[in-house]
Amino acid sequence: MGSDDRVSFTLNDRPVQAACPPERILLDLLREELRLTGTKRGCDLGTCGCCTVLIDGRPTLSCLTLARLVEARSVTTIEGVSPAQGLSAVQRAFVELGATQCGFCTPGFVMTATALLREHPHPSRSEIEQAISGNLCRCTGYLAIVRAIESAAGSAP
Amino acid sequence: MTASDPVADEPLTLLGGRIPYVEGPLKVTGRAEYTDDIRRPNQLVGRLLRSPWPHARLVSVDLREARALPGVAAVLTGERYPTPFGVLPITHDETAIAVGKARYQGDIIAAVAAEDERTAELALEKIRFEVAPLPEYADPEAGTRTVAEPIHARGLAGTNIQKEVVQHFGDVDAAFAKAAHQVRVRGSFAGVTHAFTEPLVTIAEATPDGRLTVWSATQVPHYLHRALSEVLGLPMHRIRVVKPEVGGGFGGKSDPLPHEIACAALSLETGRPVKMLLDREDVFYTNHGRHPTRNDVRIAVDGDGRILAYDVEALIDGGAWSSFGTVTTYYNGVLAMGPYRVPNFRYRGRRVYTTKPPSGAMRAHGGTNIRYSIEVALDQLAERLGLDPFELRARNALPPNSTTVNEFRITSTSFLKCLEAAKRASGWSEKFRKLPFGRGVGLGCGFYISGSNSPIHFTPKMPQSTVHLKVDMDGGIAVHSMQADIGQGSNTLLAAIVAEVLHVDLARVHVQRVDSDVSPIDLGSYSSRVTFMMGNAARSAALQLRAALVAGAATLLGIPPSEVEVGHERFTPRGRAEPAVTFEQALHQAMEKVGALTATGAYQTRPAGGSFKGARAGTAPAYSFSAYVAEVDVDVETGDYRVPKVWAAFDCGRVLNRLAVEGQIEGSVHMGLGQVMGESMNYRASRMLNPSLLEYKIPAPQQMPEVEILLVGDADPEGPFGAKEAGEGPLIATLPAVANALYDAIGCRFTELPITPDRVVRALEERRKEGRPWKGA
Repeated sequence: MGSDDRVSFTLNDRPVQAACPPERILLDLLREELRLTGTKRGCDLGTCGCCTVLIDGRPTLSCLTLARLVEARSVTTIEGVSPAQGLSAVQRAFVELGATQCGFCTPGFVMTATALLREHPHPSRSEIEQAISGNLCRCTGYLAIVRAIESAAGSAP
Repeated sequence: MTASDPVADEPLTLLGGRIPYVEGPLKVTGRAEYTDDIRRPNQLVGRLLRSPWPHARLVSVDLREARALPGVAAVLTGERYPTPFGVLPITHDETAIAVGKARYQGDIIAAVAAEDERTAELALEKIRFEVAPLPEYADPEAGTRTVAEPIHARGLAGTNIQKEVVQHFGDVDAAFAKAAHQVRVRGSFAGVTHAFTEPLVTIAEATPDGRLTVWSATQVPHYLHRALSEVLGLPMHRIRVVKPEVGGGFGGKSDPLPHEIACAALSLETGRPVKMLLDREDVFYTNHGRHPTRNDVRIAVDGDGRILAYDVEALIDGGAWSSFGTVTTYYNGVLAMGPYRVPNFRYRGRRVYTTKPPSGAMRAHGGTNIRYSIEVALDQLAERLGLDPFELRARNALPPNSTTVNEFRITSTSFLKCLEAAKRASGWSEKFRKLPFGRGVGLGCGFYISGSNSPIHFTPKMPQSTVHLKVDMDGGIAVHSMQADIGQGSNTLLAAIVAEVLHVDLARVHVQRVDSDVSPIDLGSYSSRVTFMMGNAARSAALQLRAALVAGAATLLGIPPSEVEVGHERFTPRGRAEPAVTFEQALHQAMEKVGALTATGAYQTRPAGGSFKGARAGTAPAYSFSAYVAEVDVDVETGDYRVPKVWAAFDCGRVLNRLAVEGQIEGSVHMGLGQVMGESMNYRASRMLNPSLLEYKIPAPQQMPEVEILLVGDADPEGPFGAKEAGEGPLIATLPAVANALYDAIGCRFTELPITPDRVVRALEERRKEGRPWKGA
């Protein structure tokens, strides 16, 4: 197989190389090839945010990203922001404040929130709402999610 | 609670607090397993062909090309498994794959299993149908008359009417004749859908031992289990239904759905596992959301504002199938019967098949649209009577321990407390009719069933909920039940109730995944039944386990069981700190001769309702009550409006998990705001125009109000630890509160939902034209 059929990138801080035809979508590569199923498939159309991952630290919809476009870049998934033991500050706040109900949108929100807090450690409420407005949640009405992100911003990572 | 119930008088130690979800850490790390996260060895991809025609006779089909395609394992049409099914045993009119004709654009007409997605999709393109178009029936009104080609043969007398309900209690005409005032509201409601984030998905695996395992995103594993058995002709004990984590349901995953059965059929056909993941557009076509509805509500009151009668009609657009429709038809009438005393009541409801995606049950099923029209009508009556809207409602409140005219048994109600709390917290008296033009407050009230008193299935007679507990020498307590956690927190409540009764750490209690091979039957998550019914079953099971542990401790302490005091993870002689027996010591003593301790708890509703036809519809072992105030802020130029705050006073009896209850209320406000402010399934004739989450807009974070939650319920006498439902009822009051607040703000009444900015602008223009000034504008 020639190099044209592969993609090489950093995934959760480790180098990976994977077979990758040009039309492969990043979400499919992550879920179906690499079996990282924490990233969720909600719509396949870029409308729900469940598949949010970080590419070079920026929240990105993996269902709208051709996998080959992450060549030589850094991809972080929910598996990459979850500590080996325990939970991150964002994750802890989501659990404790009821920001996860059915949980299907949650990995996407955790990725968005993690990126937001890295860039703006103390975001305003409207900055939080703006940041999460690409992620749909049908359970919480977003209020607990905003509170969790505010709470995580106030605590050590 | 009886005298023999040892926990009745104990203070709660865990329940009543804020209990984070037990599976929360799995969800926030992406480690919770949903159906699509499962992959079986040698799994095939299942795909469905959907009808592009709204109504068509399937004359013939040519599957040869599709079957000949390399990589195609099976191609099925409806004739292979033609047995009809449906969630209600009395209206089996659905098929896994259409037989004979397609009834809506999106109806499944063929199914394919192939080695990969691309092959499956190519195969769908190679299926050739010859069809004869049939008349399209988009309008339910037209379907009430004789039609050329009824959508279903079982429609009423040559029409498309699926169900007609006519009820009359008391004498409505006499009541109207002596009324001091009467008001009429004709409401019109667009269809809305659940829009859960996890798409519909099923995996089925037929195995050489003659069994079939089905993993599915379902709210009611038991109904799926029954439907699979009926359609596929396999006994239930050869089918195993597993419910992994479910990414939201809201009613949309409560029917057994055709793709679930088609997926299983493909697996039986191929002998291999098949995964069927529906894309988002197909999820919209599957729908089963809230019915597009028109209702006509007349209310008569006396000179003091006491309700004399309701006269209600409803015309309900059912879409292509029955689904829960018979229940829907009753609910659109009988769920008018609270939270007020209504001495005379007449109802005529008709649910009509149309060639649209099927409607079904959605959060606060059947109660939402009727409640809207009634609460808007009461707002008008209050104005006419010169009464404060709170006062009008307080005068009519159903008293506790009463019976409605249609024989609902009302036990606990803290409705008056809801009214008081909402009025005080919202600063109502300083705001109502006093805020400047464009701003206003409105009141809406609701009530809802805490579970349906009658299960859907009567054969065999069995409890509504069953919970099994098992504790072995490791001291972990395994909990099995077919209740379905879909995000509302029922696993957490189940674990917490067991921990509370036994006075053990929550971490000891492990709620097992729903698996029909080992989980005892519970009827699942619908009709807001879980807390009440599963809660009572869990409490009963835990009490039995507790008695066994107390007996073990008593033996070790050398005292009679009645002298044992149960502390947290320890047992002592009553009133003394020492000597103490640990949980494990008591357990091991109790196990000595019998091995692992097991217990079964069950809950069954007691008979309720009258003896007339349809009397059971709407009966429940308890009802929740609510009073919400919404504040709105209208841009009178653009018609755009915001809801800055909602005060939500709710009576769910005793609150068992405050975190979950608040989450249900906030989520319900969000969903209610969606329906009142903007959500709508749009159609051109019967073709859906917006089957995507981009075009079907749910409210954004920026549109969410602050929600002040006021939990004021008194303990219910029959609920587990005094609890009632909080999963669906909290949605209802949101809609009329917003509509009535808009009236206070701009003097315009809205009877057509959703109330979009263009409708607001048009209403403002009309009011100006009519020369009706409002608050100086």
